[in-house]
Amino acid sequence: MKWRVSLGQEQIVLILAILLFAAFSVLLPGFLTAQNLVTLLRSVAVLGVLGIGMVIVVIGRGIDLSIVANMAISVAWTFQLANDHVPLSLAIALGLGFAALMSLISGILIAYAEIPPLFTTLAMGTFIYGFGRAHMILGIDVVYLPRDLGWVRNIGQGTVFGVPSAVILAIAIALAAFLFLRYTKLGRFIYAMGDNYAAARIGGTPVRPVLVFQYLLAGVIAYIAGMITATAASAMNTRIVNSNLVYDIILVVVLGGVGLSGGKGGVRNVLVGTLLIGILLNGMTIMDIQYTVQNLIKSSILLIAIIIDSVMNPRDEQTAQQGDI
Amino acid sequence: MRIWKTVVSTAILGLATFVASAHAQELNDPFRGPALDSMKGKTIAYLPISLGFDMAQAWGGVVKQEADRYGMKFVSQDPNWSTDAMAQALTNIIAQKPDVIVTQNPDLQSLARLLKQANAQGTYVIQVNMQGAVQTDAFVGPDLVGIGQDMANIVVDHCGKDGKSKKIAIVQGVLTGGVSFFEVQGVKKVLAEHPDIQVVSSQAADWDASKARSITETVLQQNPDLCAIIDVWDGQARGTGAAIEQAGLKGKVMLITAGGGAQSMCDALSDGTFDYAINYSGVGMGRDIATTIKMLLQSKPKAGTIKYMAYSPYRIMTKADVKQDTCWNPDIYAKLLK
Repeated sequence: MKWRVSLGQEQIVLILAILLFAAFSVLLPGFLTAQNLVTLLRSVAVLGVLGIGMVIVVIGRGIDLSIVANMAISVAWTFQLANDHVPLSLAIALGLGFAALMSLISGILIAYAEIPPLFTTLAMGTFIYGFGRAHMILGIDVVYLPRDLGWVRNIGQGTVFGVPSAVILAIAIALAAFLFLRYTKLGRFIYAMGDNYAAARIGGTPVRPVLVFQYLLAGVIAYIAGMITATAASAMNTRIVNSNLVYDIILVVVLGGVGLSGGKGGVRNVLVGTLLIGILLNGMTIMDIQYTVQNLIKSSILLIAIIIDSVMNPRDEQTAQQGDI
Repeated sequence: MRIWKTVVSTAILGLATFVASAHAQELNDPFRGPALDSMKGKTIAYLPISLGFDMAQAWGGVVKQEADRYGMKFVSQDPNWSTDAMAQALTNIIAQKPDVIVTQNPDLQSLARLLKQANAQGTYVIQVNMQGAVQTDAFVGPDLVGIGQDMANIVVDHCGKDGKSKKIAIVQGVLTGGVSFFEVQGVKKVLAEHPDIQVVSSQAADWDASKARSITETVLQQNPDLCAIIDVWDGQARGTGAAIEQAGLKGKVMLITAGGGAQSMCDALSDGTFDYAINYSGVGMGRDIATTIKMLLQSKPKAGTIKYMAYSPYRIMTKADVKQDTCWNPDIYAKLLK
């Protein structure tokens, strides 16, 4: 009997997710209801959106550690302005403009000054948070939303045919990112650069502008994710910058099988990773497992996924890529 | 005749002098001078967990105002929620030998040794809101266990009624954080006497409204007949309230919380997000800290000897208690601190 199963990390994680889903459906009363599944999706919508922003950068062999700071400060600033009676549309334009400007600076530093993305975005994250807290968010570090928000509140709290608008927005962004990466010239350039930067450059890819664009996209997506977070909870908590959210974002990206060395993976991988985390978190909340224990279980699942992957797909000279982390 | 005149005039003069001197004494409060002298030129070092939250700004704002008024130097540092940065800052502050340190404990142990060291070198230490494992000169903060008991009693009264489900949920902050830990302790004390009340969920939301929201969303999903939710802090309870509203259960699931009484608390009470809020006034605590500082500097006990628990007053509020200016505006105190 000679047969070989070839499973990539994405498939392994998908199988894990399906197994968990099946186990929870049988063992946990109330898990397999339409309402709970909607809640499950809702709770990871923001993480998924941020994961998509991150994956665009990671495919281009970069990383954006400033994504959470950018999201928190630009959105908090938007609502601080709105609280100070700046018209909401102008406040949103200014907030989005700030997020775009900051990611533009990151992109330019990485593309033209050739500073490694790890250091650039780490420093930019600290800069954005520090600058924001010192000069933009002057009061307390949690900005509460103004009462009369109108349609904007629906971003996080509305529903369309019973499905939360946050989930629909996340799916729309995922679809747009998928089409962009798969079918546009710019999207293919990002893959080419991630796979082999030098070859892409020799081949005529405008590598530097594409790099800048990549970070710009991540910044804009971060802003959208922030708007969902803030309108859902009626507050934007800038303290989120100190949390390990950025690691969770990298977790869903890596978990789904996207290599940090670039050029591999896509939106589908992020969705699979996000789904697994969503199923886990939802199940553990139903079981009333404490937060610290939840973290332990989450990290164990990641380790298991990585171990299975490295057993089934051992690294060798052919599969290993320069720059693998 | 002449002699009488002299006597009378002398008497009048004497009386006048006496009155004048008595009057002068009244102008010159004999106790004010020494009190002012004992405070003038002293240094107060303020080190909260972060300067970025409303209560820390109220405490610092009030203390700084009083320090300025009585010629004391006020220095502050912002460790921004990092325990490491806080320990580092406290080490630096101790080395500068201020007269009073006003600080908090991110958890029970981290700063204990340093606070002891400060007391040993003669610096007064006032711990605010979050008490650590070591008792220093004073603790200023509400009786958190008492607040937990009050919250639980309201919930037990409400959910014990016929037709209510007797199911409740607790949303905690950070498990090891003093405020969350002691409030939950109080809640559990009361619930131990009411075994019919069932806690279906008790999760930590990490002081984060988004996390509180997603936890509550799932809890309500599983228990749509939930009777009440106790959230240990009003800042994250906004998220809990948003989840209740989203589930269409506003007014059906009771939400009770506690906090420092900034404007956002009154807003949430008046729009029905919170049914009850226990307000331990951040501004009032600022006053308690300032009073404790004055008391220590004027009575000059040896540092670390009196060990005083200055329990700050709190009040249980509902929508009906919210009037204009019932709550305070954090921006005013943020400006004072700048």
